[in-house]
Amino acid sequence: MKTVKALTGNDAVSYAMKQINPDVVAAYPITPQTSIVEKFSDYVANGEVDTEMILVESEHSAMSACVGSSAAGARTMTATSSQGLALMWEVVYIAAGLRLPIVMPIVNRALSAPINIHCDHSDVMGIRDSGWIHLFCENAQETYENTIQAIRIAEHPDVQLPVSVNLDGFIISHEVANVEIYDDKPVKDFVGAFRPRVSALNLRSPVTVGPLDLQDYYFEHRRQVADAMVKSLNVIKEINAEFNKKFGRLYKVIEGYRLEDADACIVGLGSTMGTLKDLVDNARKAGKKIGFLKITVFRPFPKEDIVSALKGLKAIAVLDRADSVNAMGGPLFGDIRCALYGASSAPVINYIYGLGGRELTEQDINKIIDDTLAAARTGKTVPEPAYIGVRE
Amino acid sequence: MNSDLKRPKGWKELPAGAVLPAGTAVEYHTGSWRTFKPVWIEKKCIHCLQCWIICPDFSVLVKDQKFDRFDYDHCKGCGLCAYICPVKGKAIVMEKEVKE
Ligand code: SF4
Ligand code: SF4
Repeated sequence: MKTVKALTGNDAVSYAMKQINPDVVAAYPITPQTSIVEKFSDYVANGEVDTEMILVESEHSAMSACVGSSAAGARTMTATSSQGLALMWEVVYIAAGLRLPIVMPIVNRALSAPINIHCDHSDVMGIRDSGWIHLFCENAQETYENTIQAIRIAEHPDVQLPVSVNLDGFIISHEVANVEIYDDKPVKDFVGAFRPRVSALNLRSPVTVGPLDLQDYYFEHRRQVADAMVKSLNVIKEINAEFNKKFGRLYKVIEGYRLEDADACIVGLGSTMGTLKDLVDNARKAGKKIGFLKITVFRPFPKEDIVSALKGLKAIAVLDRADSVNAMGGPLFGDIRCALYGASSAPVINYIYGLGGRELTEQDINKIIDDTLAAARTGKTVPEPAYIGVRE
Repeated sequence: MNSDLKRPKGWKELPAGAVLPAGTAVEYHTGSWRTFKPVWIEKKCIHCLQCWIICPDFSVLVKDQKFDRFDYDHCKGCGLCAYICPVKGKAIVMEKEVKE
């Protein structure tokens, strides 16, 4: 039932989209996302999917077409990166506010200026509070499987929120890896049929979608989004469990690595956590009691799971691949330290790394490991945020 | 529908995602925004219905293919109907709105 294929992360996403066979895909090319829709349009052209592919003139139009199509009752997907996501921004909020279960892989890339096409998480962090669910992938395998699961999460009756599936630009999107692909049938059975909550095109039961909502109702509708986000965490856990059972996987909202007997822990998102596996193993061989915690589900923020994973540790380092520019550290750091408030008094160190695709080297990671273990011994933190890998 | 809009519901009761029954704008009386009010002068009217075509708020009501009356609950008083009226001296004039 599994076939191993040599695929890039982007190809793995396109393959998931092929098996999902959405009713509508509206997208615009942007580096490093382009090869997702390019490959997907081959599937459309070859008749391998029955998707209506809408080639629009900008990302603003792409997300607008997605909103219209999802509100009409069609299973809808798109994909983007960086400036494309920035151009979509106002419509991204509309998708969440109207509770439209659109699924969008985001191939993470820095935002201009200066212009840069390489990976960081500034793009998705800009829509952090929009009401979208944000999943982060470690490798091509996860992009394939998270895209499939994202459809179920988005469309669940208790959720009805759009979902972004984040993969690191070039690092995951363009690297060829062995990806285990499942047969079409089990994937299609898992995804199931779309049962839209709204159909704006049903003449027998006409509805108004997105009316003017002033002081009298807007707050209630945004409150509902917050509630759906809270409820989505258990839904994601259930869907992960169902997926794991069916396909023999181990998806979890967070994933701890060698934490059982660790003194200190590194927390982060995305492909860096794959690199960390090797370097944590090396450090362990040298007797350093370090582990890591990978956050797969960033929104909803799984705070209770995180606190129970981190509360016994003596020091914690949080890696942010986006800067909040003189806020209290990067976006992930802010959440983690807040979550630990009252539950742990261990020092929490913030590292800002990898902006614009800057490599996080083995030496950088070893320094993070050593500094975090030193903080575990002394209880002293380093001045935050610590920018790592930038030339002084 | 009317009672739904008159008794504001809490977030737990409202349908998710600002999806409403169709046509609820009828309940919203935009006529209260008016500063000037169109007044129809019947004897000058030739029933060409250009006012009906141009009105952006569907507030010129027609009966048997003739001008019938204004819908003052929704007419915002933009004056387009008076502007377009082709009759010399106009069959629609804008007067200052007097609020009760
Ligand atoms: S004033 Fe404007 S809104 Fe009122 S009836 Fe004339 S055109 Fe319509
Ligand atoms: S535009 Fe003037 S003449 Fe024509 S129908 Fe309206 S009021 Fe009568």
